[in-house]
Amino acid sequence: MRRMTVIPAAALALIAGPALAQQKTVKIGFISTFSGPVAAIGNDMKNSFELGLDQHGRKLGGLPVEVIYADDQLKPEVGVQKTQELIESDHVDFVVGYIWSNVLLGSLKPLVDSKTMTVVTNAGPNQLAGELCSPYVFSTSWQNDQTPAAVGRYMNEKGVKTAFLMGPNYAAGKDMLAGVQTTFQGKIVGQELTRWPDQLDFSAELSKARAAKPDAIFAFYPGGAGIQFVTQYVQAGLKGQIPLYTAFTIDDLSLPRLKDLAVGVPGAQEWVNDLPNDANKTYVADYKAKYHASPSFYGAQTYDAVGLIDSAITAVNGDLSNKEGMRKEMEKADFKSVRGDFKFGNNHIPIQNFYLQDAVKNADGSYALKTVALIVKDDQDRFHDRCPMK
Amino acid sequence: MLYFIEQFLNGIQLGMLLFLLAAGLTLIFGIMDLVNLAHGSLYMLGAYFAATFAAWTNSFVLGAVLAVVATLVAGMVLEVIAIRRLYGRNHLDHVLGTFGLLLFFNELVRLVWGPAGMTLSLPSEMLTAVQIPPGLYYPAYRLVIIVVTLAVALLLYVLVMRTRLGMLIRAGASNREMVGALGVNIKLLYTLVFGLGAALAGFAGLMQAPILTVQIGMGENILIPAFVVVVIGGIGSIRGAFVAALLVGVIDTIGRAFLPDLLHRYLSENAAATLAPALSSMSIYVLMAVVLVARPEGLFPAAGR
Amino acid sequence: MSEWRKDWRHGPWSPRIVVNAGLVTVLALVPVYAAFAGDPFAMTLFSRILIMAIAALSLNLIMGFGGMVSFGHAACLGIGGYAVGILAKEGIGSGFVQWPVAVVASAIYALVVGALCLRTRGVYFIMITLAFAQMVYYVASGLDRYGGDDGLTIYHRSQFGPFDLNNATLFYYLCFALLLASIYLVWRIVNSRFGLVIQGARSNEPRMRAVGFPTFRYRLVCFVIAGALCGLAGALLANHTNFISPAMMHWTRSGDLIVMAVLGGMHAMFGPLIGAMAFLLLEQGLSHVTDYPDLILGPLLLIVAIYVNGGIDGLLGGPRRG
Repeated sequence: MRRMTVIPAAALALIAGPALAQQKTVKIGFISTFSGPVAAIGNDMKNSFELGLDQHGRKLGGLPVEVIYADDQLKPEVGVQKTQELIESDHVDFVVGYIWSNVLLGSLKPLVDSKTMTVVTNAGPNQLAGELCSPYVFSTSWQNDQTPAAVGRYMNEKGVKTAFLMGPNYAAGKDMLAGVQTTFQGKIVGQELTRWPDQLDFSAELSKARAAKPDAIFAFYPGGAGIQFVTQYVQAGLKGQIPLYTAFTIDDLSLPRLKDLAVGVPGAQEWVNDLPNDANKTYVADYKAKYHASPSFYGAQTYDAVGLIDSAITAVNGDLSNKEGMRKEMEKADFKSVRGDFKFGNNHIPIQNFYLQDAVKNADGSYALKTVALIVKDDQDRFHDRCPMK
Repeated sequence: MLYFIEQFLNGIQLGMLLFLLAAGLTLIFGIMDLVNLAHGSLYMLGAYFAATFAAWTNSFVLGAVLAVVATLVAGMVLEVIAIRRLYGRNHLDHVLGTFGLLLFFNELVRLVWGPAGMTLSLPSEMLTAVQIPPGLYYPAYRLVIIVVTLAVALLLYVLVMRTRLGMLIRAGASNREMVGALGVNIKLLYTLVFGLGAALAGFAGLMQAPILTVQIGMGENILIPAFVVVVIGGIGSIRGAFVAALLVGVIDTIGRAFLPDLLHRYLSENAAATLAPALSSMSIYVLMAVVLVARPEGLFPAAGR
Repeated sequence: MSEWRKDWRHGPWSPRIVVNAGLVTVLALVPVYAAFAGDPFAMTLFSRILIMAIAALSLNLIMGFGGMVSFGHAACLGIGGYAVGILAKEGIGSGFVQWPVAVVASAIYALVVGALCLRTRGVYFIMITLAFAQMVYYVASGLDRYGGDDGLTIYHRSQFGPFDLNNATLFYYLCFALLLASIYLVWRIVNSRFGLVIQGARSNEPRMRAVGFPTFRYRLVCFVIAGALCGLAGALLANHTNFISPAMMHWTRSGDLIVMAVLGGMHAMFGPLIGAMAFLLLEQGLSHVTDYPDLILGPLLLIVAIYVNGGIDGLLGGPRRG
């Protein structure tokens, strides 16, 4: 964990005493994975967050920002510890981040108990949308079920009658496989949950999928595992035989490494880098200029957190103790989101569009994800009824 | 039946890979009596070297050859700088020291190659499945792994059974003191054996790289199964490692392939889906425990230990 | 007579006694510091250190004194934690039930594993203890009702009548007291006739058997005691993090415990505490100063393994090999 910005004002305030103390800073704890095989995701989120802060002059709602980055190491129990440290030791005003559903579920109790304003920028376990929803926890992503449910709709459109489902055996993996079944009307001829995160060889499972002779395979493998899965799918000679439909498996981070292997494999997403709104154009252009790569949906969702927090602090004129005020403002989702305008549901999960995306090869030999069509408009997750907040 | 053969081949392929790792591990274990948790780091280095060299030379094969040489050298340098000083200490010092090395190498790779990992792309003709008997599709590259690894195993057999170096290695595995008494340059022998083990690990890493991609910490997932193989086979025994590797590979794969359906007959779908991966992951440890309870020194105990 | 015991009487002002006394004093004052500095996380961090110290201490009993190198000790930690978590989930919140169950469950696990493993020696013992720990790890990953791989949040800490474990200060001192009691317990065991047999069996088991001691049974009892103590640490840990997951029994956790015990000094009473503190504080501290903490921590461990006999405690002088 490292403090990225040392704020001279904070030091001054300490020396000069209360007279200058109203020049507060807003402290943001940022939890993601910065080590190990999925560190690329954490980096993309951090890059997008830093970009957003730069664009705001490193001030949110007029207050200078101090960000403390913490690495959850992809382990729930480390995530809990880091969350506790951010709350108890660093006294942060906001906690932002969380890639992994299981890390978030582990960390939720200290966040909720301490009433810390939280913006979850990726993880979307069903519990968060349902019974464990909390007044101070917001999501700029989705509930896990929504994206695969959109994929399921698309599979229906394509006339898929039988499908084989695969995903990792952790909170999101189970949600995803359940999610696709909420909309997919064909028959499930088999499903496999593989050991997570250390099983990277899917030979036995792919053999099984081939033997089941389905019309299609649906897969959810986030981060590096997506690269491994798609590679092995192609190596098994399945690409010409059984079409693959994905959720969160091919993204802007894995595409430069998958290249041709990913071309023609469809997926669903609430954000694609070519969405034609102004906020998104600025974001993608600035990101490419600064980091010389395409941002991913992980980054986009995190970038939105900057706007959301800015709107909240502005609404309460920098009075960070006014959590009610900030909560009410955040519920309006009154900022320029890169996915276009959206509303929050009663459970603080976005009600938003989902698009069909495809990987294509450009004329210049580079690869990119493109929006193909709108699959579902203003989709709300199916757990919001279970959330006691109305 | 064809489906069963396909899964069996999957198991063999995993077993061959484990053998490459376990062969080096068991030699280092048997001859230098060293518990080397950093063996997985050499596997990782091999993969990173291969991806880098293949990108430079634009050739998978050339990159692979260079990577094996590079891991060999890296292993020998590591032995001279650090590992050498751990010989003759108790196993706990080995665990502590090589655990430190494992942490160090993960971090070093992140510093040098960045966190994103790399891809070692196959030539496009490898990206298909071949029909062995008609109706049985099998990924071409996995077949290559099986064949190449068998060839390496054969080479290793010739090296150990038919050459003077091999004779010393065998002698070292069964009686270390005696080799020293024969006036052999024992320091050099140790360095060579460690380098050989490193090269084998690096080779395993680069062979696996096109399937699993190249990433930080890739050695840790495979290290413990490799240890299981070494222990089941009997420490110091290459023959034991070979048999045990195939056994472990096949049992693990068969478990993953058939256990879910079996459990599903008795349990709800959800419970079966969660329990099956857990149980099949356990299978190789159950195997090891059973072997060790019945034969406390493994299946093929090296003579004189 | 064991070497360290002679050493214990080396004099009232030996560096070791001064350091250990200083350590206990500092630990006793952590909550005071936390209150004055407004840094409750110091207490969270040090509670964790105390708990891991109990676990490392229990490992040291079998490993340092008994020569039984278990590479699966984190399984006992996990079983203790899961006992608390599962009972809490099933609505049994009383610590008077949870904690004894945690201790007994870990002891039973140790009994079974010990009975099967103690026949093997050396590396084979290391590996078979690892194998059993891996099995427990995967069983826990398969417990769908208790979160599987994701783990389980514990919404209420163990209830002990009027004592509220949610009070961080109270919880800290409870851990502190239990650690001191555990150190005393291990000290008594090591110095009893039983302890001398265990240590004798470490250096020369055939001789101990020839003299007429049923060493297998002695070692097994020792193994079970260590398992029970570690189960207690597991119950504390579950209450500390309010969360349990299979990750707490991953093999690298067992490795951490070994590192703590060896780092601190295996033949010293306070070694595991020193080791746990050094390891966890280093981990915590290094991540604040660099993005590449393991680049420093890794070589440090290697250097300790190569050059420092008897861990950190060995630096304090006195006869220290055994």
